[in-house]
Amino acid sequence: MDLAASLTLVLPEIILSLSGLVLLLVAAWAGDKASSAISIAACIALGACFFLVAPAVCAGASGPDTVAFYGQFRADAFAGFAKLMIFAASGAALVVAPAFFSRNGSMRAEYPVLVLFAALGMSIMVSAGDLMTLYIGLELNSLSAYVLAAFLRTDGRSAEAGLKYFVLGALASGILLFGMSLTYGFTGTTSFEGIRAALAGEMSTGALFGLVFVLAGLAFKISAVPFHMWTPDVYEGAPTPVTLFFASAPKVAAVALTARVAFDAFGPQADAWRQIVIFAALASIVVGALGAIGQSNIKRFLAYSSINNVGFILIGLATGTVAGASAMLVYLAIYVPMTVGSFVAVLMLKDESGGPIEGIADLAGLSRTRPALAWCLMALMFSLAGIPPLFGFWGKFVVFQAAVEADLIALAALGIAASVIGAFYYIKIVKIMFFDEPADTVRGRSDWAHWALLAVCAVLMSPLGYLLTGVLDVLADGAAAALFLVA
Amino acid sequence: MEGVPILSLMLLVPMLGAIACLFVNAGTARTIALAATLVDFALGILLWANYDIGGAQWQFTERAPIFAGFSWALGIDGIALMLIMLSVFLMPICILASQSIDKRVGEYMAAFLFMEALMIGVFAAQDLFLFYIFFEAGLIPMYLIIGVWGGKDRIYAAYKFFLYTLLGSVLMLIAMLWMVNEAGTTDIPTLMNYDFPAGAQTWLWLAFFASFAVKMPMWPVHTWLPDAHVQAPTAGSVILAGVLLKMGGYGFIRFSLPMFPEASVQLMWLVFALSMIAVVLTSLIALVQEDMKKLIAYSSVAHMALVTVGLFAFNVQGFEGAMMVMLGHGLVSGALFLCVGVIYDRLHTREIDRYGGLSINMPKYALFFMLFTMASVGLPGTSNFVGEFLALAGIYQVSSWVTAVCATGIILGAAYMLYLYWRIAFGVQKNADAAAMPDLSAREWAMLAPIAAAVLWMGVYPESFLAPMRADIQALDARVARVKPEGDARLAMGTVARAEAHEGAH
Repeated sequence: MDLAASLTLVLPEIILSLSGLVLLLVAAWAGDKASSAISIAACIALGACFFLVAPAVCAGASGPDTVAFYGQFRADAFAGFAKLMIFAASGAALVVAPAFFSRNGSMRAEYPVLVLFAALGMSIMVSAGDLMTLYIGLELNSLSAYVLAAFLRTDGRSAEAGLKYFVLGALASGILLFGMSLTYGFTGTTSFEGIRAALAGEMSTGALFGLVFVLAGLAFKISAVPFHMWTPDVYEGAPTPVTLFFASAPKVAAVALTARVAFDAFGPQADAWRQIVIFAALASIVVGALGAIGQSNIKRFLAYSSINNVGFILIGLATGTVAGASAMLVYLAIYVPMTVGSFVAVLMLKDESGGPIEGIADLAGLSRTRPALAWCLMALMFSLAGIPPLFGFWGKFVVFQAAVEADLIALAALGIAASVIGAFYYIKIVKIMFFDEPADTVRGRSDWAHWALLAVCAVLMSPLGYLLTGVLDVLADGAAAALFLVA
Repeated sequence: MEGVPILSLMLLVPMLGAIACLFVNAGTARTIALAATLVDFALGILLWANYDIGGAQWQFTERAPIFAGFSWALGIDGIALMLIMLSVFLMPICILASQSIDKRVGEYMAAFLFMEALMIGVFAAQDLFLFYIFFEAGLIPMYLIIGVWGGKDRIYAAYKFFLYTLLGSVLMLIAMLWMVNEAGTTDIPTLMNYDFPAGAQTWLWLAFFASFAVKMPMWPVHTWLPDAHVQAPTAGSVILAGVLLKMGGYGFIRFSLPMFPEASVQLMWLVFALSMIAVVLTSLIALVQEDMKKLIAYSSVAHMALVTVGLFAFNVQGFEGAMMVMLGHGLVSGALFLCVGVIYDRLHTREIDRYGGLSINMPKYALFFMLFTMASVGLPGTSNFVGEFLALAGIYQVSSWVTAVCATGIILGAAYMLYLYWRIAFGVQKNADAAAMPDLSAREWAMLAPIAAAVLWMGVYPESFLAPMRADIQALDARVARVKPEGDARLAMGTVARAEAHEGAH
């Protein structure tokens, strides 16, 4: 494969890095007053990348034509599918930010630049074909994320979130690196293809340790139990647009990366990682559900909800089949608008002076004071709970279908029974909004961008979303097949 | 009628009405809701009129593969037709009964119209997953109806209703996924004739049972029902008792029996045991209730137990009896809740002690109430008699013990219903405010008179209702013929007795 072909395949990443660098210079010279122009430019860059990636996903690109730089980078349909979600979610994080930050004048020109670099990192992550590429992408994303978490410099909680995220993230990176070095030591290569070949047959104890540490490091990134402790604190402390970003795009990237590592590099040893994934899946579902019950802050609540959702995604991974990988992608595609919509709704909860409201108790009687917002939020809550006819049900449905087809019936039954615990706290939010007497603290108005984004998410999650199942199914199947074709 | 997707239309009308109700004021919402339900009722009559008795098993079928993994497949047989008729018949009455609702009327009407669409969808779905979606989706509007417009403890009742039914049905989803994986189709008519391995049937049956037993509800998972009924507004109770409980029975007759016949026979004892306990125990509980709605709620559990024993008798009388009890109970318990609602609207209490001697100041009301009480008891000439008699005749062929215990339930039923009627309608007028209540208004007449007519029609000429279902019930009977259990009452004259009972049924 010649250099030109490789460069063509990484064109979206090149666009992202160039625009990130140029915008950084613009930010440095023009200062914060250019922040809105930079945001728009960043959105355009993300949009351009979105449309560059889309054809590969539609065509189900796979095979040697999608491999760049001698296997270090893979621009197949699987990576493309994840990138589409990443770019869309990053765009949403850019759209909602100005209204939030401008209230106390903390909208800075670095915000869109950091989001761009984070998106670039994630884009590299999902395309990684080598442990080195994996690590570079992961760190580029993480370093941007640490800064983003602490973006409200004057706010103690935000600084705390950034610091916590950094310390624990560094620990996880250390674990991951340790696992990678063990894997390299016992297989003699860092490329997924090489690891795959070296691991065929009996697995040595050292390589098993490598596998465990790599998975542990990645579990931290997707905030799966037992590596989830940072999630509620960081989600609560980080500025809400940043939390929206954390809950959507990096989650997609980390899950896609985990899937690639598990199916591709460690594919021959599926039995070795399956039990770890099953444990993490069930533990995430239960801990996420139980943890959410006692929360009084809606961002913490959504953090536990995201832990809960990761558990369902991991059930798809645990199957180890093409159908399971496809189900994961469908789940993610539904999860992203669902979680983006929920956080946009949280952003729209403002008091009279426009200050953010985060207490769940303040939602009381929202259906009477702000009916449109309450109905949208209700649709999203029932959707997160996986109650049909809302579209969130479909994500759980395909995941459990894959599990049943892979003969993991006990896992499916336990997982779905535990989802009832989760349903309890989602309907609690509905109860507070619809059954309780109005607290009437939510008074602030929101701009059209928030309303538009919320409306799009709510419509997607409504029963109308089922009309997309056909398209979604074809795309996800193509993407999953691409993953397995390489593997 | 060819080419008109009448079932989709029946789903669309209330759906559009519901969306419209969300955006208009109270008065307009009431009108829209009434109009939408009446249009749906008219469509229902059209459906019945065009239903070809003795024709194809599945009629008015529609199929549009617009989703991945399942399709928009609708179609009805006689059993579904009757249950759809019950739903569309009760809905306009429910809307009329909601006159006393004065807060958030638009949302209330929208919730009811959504509910109607989902109920029709449950009975009309011909795709396994489409059925599941409709079946589960009903939780959302019902949760809101109980929680927003319910009584004092509405929040507890709403949670209990939601979580109980959800826990019951999620396991059913896993079973459905397994079945589809095994059989390779989501088409309900195909699955009804698919022979699953006997070992797996037990598990599948239990998973479906978990869902339908809660919905039905069977003892001991019935405890959500009294709470939900007592707290729900009148119309909510009517829909809950009239139609939602029937989804459990429909599930048994559509899924458990034809899809898992071996397991059904194998676990017959479980159904019988739970039903016998339910009949006796809940009847005794009903006897000591001080709250009218609670009493009727417990009586529902007892009546539903007759449905389950009838279904698991594995013969034509049993199936027909179960269906007739379902239809009759749908009308009668709905009517009884309406009767409670009529006096609740006047005095705002459900406590039986606060009433008394109502036949003096409300003679017309007392007459209607009497008719429905008698129907609930199972007096010949009313709808419930037909069903209860057939169900007991059916079960007698299988087990005389079960019949004996269940027949006790009828006696106990007479006891608690007559006791209720006596305390409310007869005796001295001990409370001045109760004595001052005016008799039925025109609106209340319009609610009760149609149900009274239907109850009498069903009691006097049940053939109208049995005829559309006959072929389907015979098909079901043929399907379970290979596993038909040996009855304990088959003495020398058994065959003749059975033939006579059979003749009597038709």
